[in-house]
Formats: sequence, C-alpha cells, structure tokens
Amino acid sequence: MVLGIEDPWIWSAYIGCILAMLLCVVYGVVNWNKGAEDEEEQIKEEMEWHKKEKEMEEKELGLWDEEG
Amino acid sequence: MDIFILSIVVLIYLLMVGYVGYVAWKRTKSADDYMVAGRKTHPYIMALSYGATFISTSAIVGFGGTAGVYGMGLLWLTFLNILVGIFIAFVFFGKRTRKMGHNMGALTFPEFLSRRFNSKFIQYFSGAVIFLGMPLYASVVLIGMARFVETTLQIDYNFALVGMALIVAVYVIFGGLRGVMYTDALQGTIMFFGMLFLLASTYWVLGGVVDANQALTNLINIVPASATAKATATGFTGWTSMPSLGSPFWWTLVSTLILGVGIGVLSQPQLAVRFMTVKSNRELNRAVLIGGIFIFMMTGTAFVVGALSNVYFFDTVGKLAIAVAGGNADKIIPTFIGGAMPLWFAYLFMITLLSAAMSTLSAQVHVQGTALGRDIYETVTSKTGGSSVMIARAGIAIAVIIAVILGFILPANIIAVGTAMWFSITAASFLSLYIFALFWKRSTKVGAIAGLLTGTFFSMFWILFGYQKSAAALGICQAITGNAVILTTAPWPTVDPIVIGLPLAFVVTVVVSLLTKPPAQEHMDLCFKGI
Repeated sequence: MVLGIEDPWIWSAYIGCILAMLLCVVYGVVNWNKGAEDEEEQIKEEMEWHKKEKEMEEKELGLWDEEG
Repeated sequence: MDIFILSIVVLIYLLMVGYVGYVAWKRTKSADDYMVAGRKTHPYIMALSYGATFISTSAIVGFGGTAGVYGMGLLWLTFLNILVGIFIAFVFFGKRTRKMGHNMGALTFPEFLSRRFNSKFIQYFSGAVIFLGMPLYASVVLIGMARFVETTLQIDYNFALVGMALIVAVYVIFGGLRGVMYTDALQGTIMFFGMLFLLASTYWVLGGVVDANQALTNLINIVPASATAKATATGFTGWTSMPSLGSPFWWTLVSTLILGVGIGVLSQPQLAVRFMTVKSNRELNRAVLIGGIFIFMMTGTAFVVGALSNVYFFDTVGKLAIAVAGGNADKIIPTFIGGAMPLWFAYLFMITLLSAAMSTLSAQVHVQGTALGRDIYETVTSKTGGSSVMIARAGIAIAVIIAVILGFILPANIIAVGTAMWFSITAASFLSLYIFALFWKRSTKVGAIAGLLTGTFFSMFWILFGYQKSAAALGICQAITGNAVILTTAPWPTVDPIVIGLPLAFVVTVVVSLLTKPPAQEHMDLCFKGI
C-alpha cells in the first residue's frame, strides 16, 4: 500500500508522474545555459523562417496579425 | 448562476488580458519589432504557449471525466504526456525538427515531411488527412467548452454550443489574437494556479492525500454491485486498480486512451510546427523544465480529481460520479467543480478553460487552413497567392462549420474517445514517417510513401470495420457484412488502430526503404546540415 493505493500498477503510475516531472526539472536545470553556442546564426535562420511563414499567412491565407 | 460574481470574475479576467495585451502591444510597434521581441521570448512563454496548445478542454473536461469512469489507471497517460509529450518531444524531436525545418525551409508539417522525402504527394496527401480528420478533434474541444458552460451557467447545451461557436468564429475571423504568446502564457499561468487550487482543495475536502486515495480504493467494496455491474462485466476492478488484463475495459484504457494520446502527441501537426519557431536548443532545454511541471499539474490534477470525484459524490449524494453526471462522462468535471468548489472558482475556471480551448482551436483551425491552401491547393496546382487565399479562407470556414455540426450530432461520452481517435490516426499515418525523417538517412521516398499509405488506410479501415466504438456508430461494416465489426472475438473490437497501424507502417517503411535506392547524398547533406 503506497499513498492509500494497493495496486502496484497504479501507485507506480502516480509515483512515475512525479519522477517524470522531476526528470524534466533536473534536465532543464542542468542544461539551462547549454545549447546557445550558435545562437546568432540560429536567430538569423529563425527570422528567415518566420518571415516566410508570415508571408505565407498574408499572401496565401489572407490572415493578418495584430502582433506587428 | 450568480450574475454579480460572474461579472466581477469576467471583468477582472478581461482587465488582466487587456493589460498583458497592452504591454505586448507597446513593446512591439512594428512587424520587425515583433520579430525581435519574438526572438527574446522567454522560455516560460514558449513552454506555456506550447502547453496551452496541447492542453485544452479535451484533456481537462474530457479525460478528467473519463478518469471518473476508468479511475487512476489513466495516470499512465499523464506519465506519457510528460515523458513523451514533453521530454522526448522537446529533447529528441524538437531540436532536430527545428534545425531540419530551417535547413529545408519548410513552413508546415506536411511540407516538412514532403521536402525531407522529396515528394509532393506526401504534402498533399498529409494535408488531406489533416484537413479531413482535424474537424473531429476541433469539435470535441468545442463540446468540452459547451459542456462546462452548460453546467456552470445552467443553460441549454445547444445554446452554449452555438454561443461558443460564435465566439470561435469571431476569434478566428479577427485572427489578430492568434499567436499573441503573452496572452497564451497568461492563460497558462491562470490555468496552472487554477488546477493547483483544484487539486489542493479536492484533497483537502476529502481529508488528505492518503485518506482520499484510501477512500477511493475502498469505494469498490462499498458501492452497491449494481452501480458498477456493467463496467465490472467488461473488466473494471476499481478506481485504484488496473482493469483485468486483456479485458475490453483494459484494452480501451491502455490502447485507446493511454497509448493513442500518449504516443500520438509526437506527430501532432500543430505542435510539431512550434519547434520551428524556437531560436536555439537552449530555449528547448529550458522549456522542458517548465513544460514538465505544467503538464504534470494539468493532466495529473484532472485525472486525480476526476477519479476522486467518485468519493466526493458518494459521500454527499450516495451516487457515483457517472450517475450524478447523468451517464455522460463529459459532464463529470463540470458537475464536480460546480458542486464541490466555491462559485467564484467555478466561474474563473470556466473562463480559463474557454481561453485554453481558444488557443487550441485557433491552432487547429490555422493548421487546417494551411493544409487546404498551401499543402493541397498550391502543391497540386503549383499556384500561389490570389485564389489560394480564397481556398484557405473557405477551408477555415468549412472546418469551423463542420466542427459545430459535429458538436450537435456527436453522442455523449465522446470527448476523450474523439481526441484519442484523431491522435491515433495521426500517429499511424505520420509518426513512423516523422521518426525516420529525423533519424534514419537511409529511409527513401518510396518507403516513406508506402508507410504513410499503409498507416493511413489501415487506421481508416480499422475505424470503419474493426474498432467497435467507431464501426458500430458509423454502421458501414454492419451494412456490408451484417456484423458490427469484422473480427468479433475479443480483444479485437476494443484494440485501438494505433496498436496495429503504427507498427505496420513502421515495418513497411523500413522494408520498402531497404528495397529501394537510397536518397541522394547532397539532399541528405542539406537536410542534416548542423545536426
């Protein structure tokens, strides 16, 4: 009996959710500053991508965005 | 309905959204400013807007209510939502999708697959699957909203549905609200604290974590056997124990609800596209932390509270949750919040649910518009602009109308199952293709097309002829063969399409790829540049 639950298949899910969440937290903390080495170039790439997406939305879908 | 409290809650909410919108607007004067501001987007905002797109009324109202019937076994779905939907999706799929998407200049999910495998067919075929299948998902999100409004404000369901549809239509037509990530993040924040409050007060009302869970465990021995007779006959054993292994109840829980949605999330077109809007892997790393906590709180709370509502209702009115909700699991969460929580909270929760549904619906509708305009029309006719705008707009209008019509005709207890169907169709169709696109350079165009067709047509076939819930409702198998499903022996009528469709598509893609000529090296170099 764990946390008032008898079936190990259920309390392991209950505990598993908490562990999976902690995995995400630990991963996020450990890698908080990693992965930005080529940020400048990435930003440029992403700007290009975003510009194209916006063009598609305006020219092909006729949507407009208040974001601007 | 208490108009005074409702008005105050709505007013405070609107003031908050208005303020956040104003701050965002002040910071971004021009489109270029927006671009720059977007690049500085805090990972908190990225993660919460992803979360707000992922989690909607379907997860909270639909699956929460389903937990009232299936019990805490549904927590395995929360486990997968965090591990697969956040961790694996961000760390393993997100980073590659972002880089490869930029390398290939792909703007939509079908386009991503199509450019990777150098096949226009993949683009318009995938676009068609999305355009035809997505209204089901959009419709159940809409139903979730309408059910909550129906119960909380005590108005007629049909009236609520039309009201919700009008709000959605206005929201979509004035598409300007779409993509305002700040308001998404605000809604996400309110939802987070709303769910935290709901979880804490539910456990508080029921005497603490251990006592409440214990009471739920004991419940199966206290309720009259007649109340659970139908479920027990199909394998139900209690709200804190797994159903009998291999029983119909077990298959529905494990194959449809847990695997269908838990795995299917990886190939959701409206979520995959979000990875391409991230500036670096660091943002994804950080978003893992925030997303993990967010999804834990959203789905974990919904499923725990849904299951525990049985204890609350049995203690207060002597009935099980599903009986109090009139046999419709979609109404369990609204009824519980209406009954057990303070009125102001029910109103606040309703508004945040509506906004969560809005962000999901607008992403769905957007993906449908691009599927018809860019992925189908432009790819088939090789024309851009002009007529494509009309087609995309018409597509959006048709999508919203179909979703509303489905909202009227779909039966009760549909939200979770409808969501799961859509997730398992997309998983069977796209997931093997998507995985190989990202991780296997030897996969070929012909292999990819073979896998795509196998997964799509198998899951469609199974939905029409094999899977009891859908086949019986559609009646096509009945008309042709005289039986509701082709394989009547257990467990086949309760085996979800994803269980067979996904492995089948996987194997077909591998075998056909190995039998065909490997793709050109230059193309691979372009796609995998920097990976």
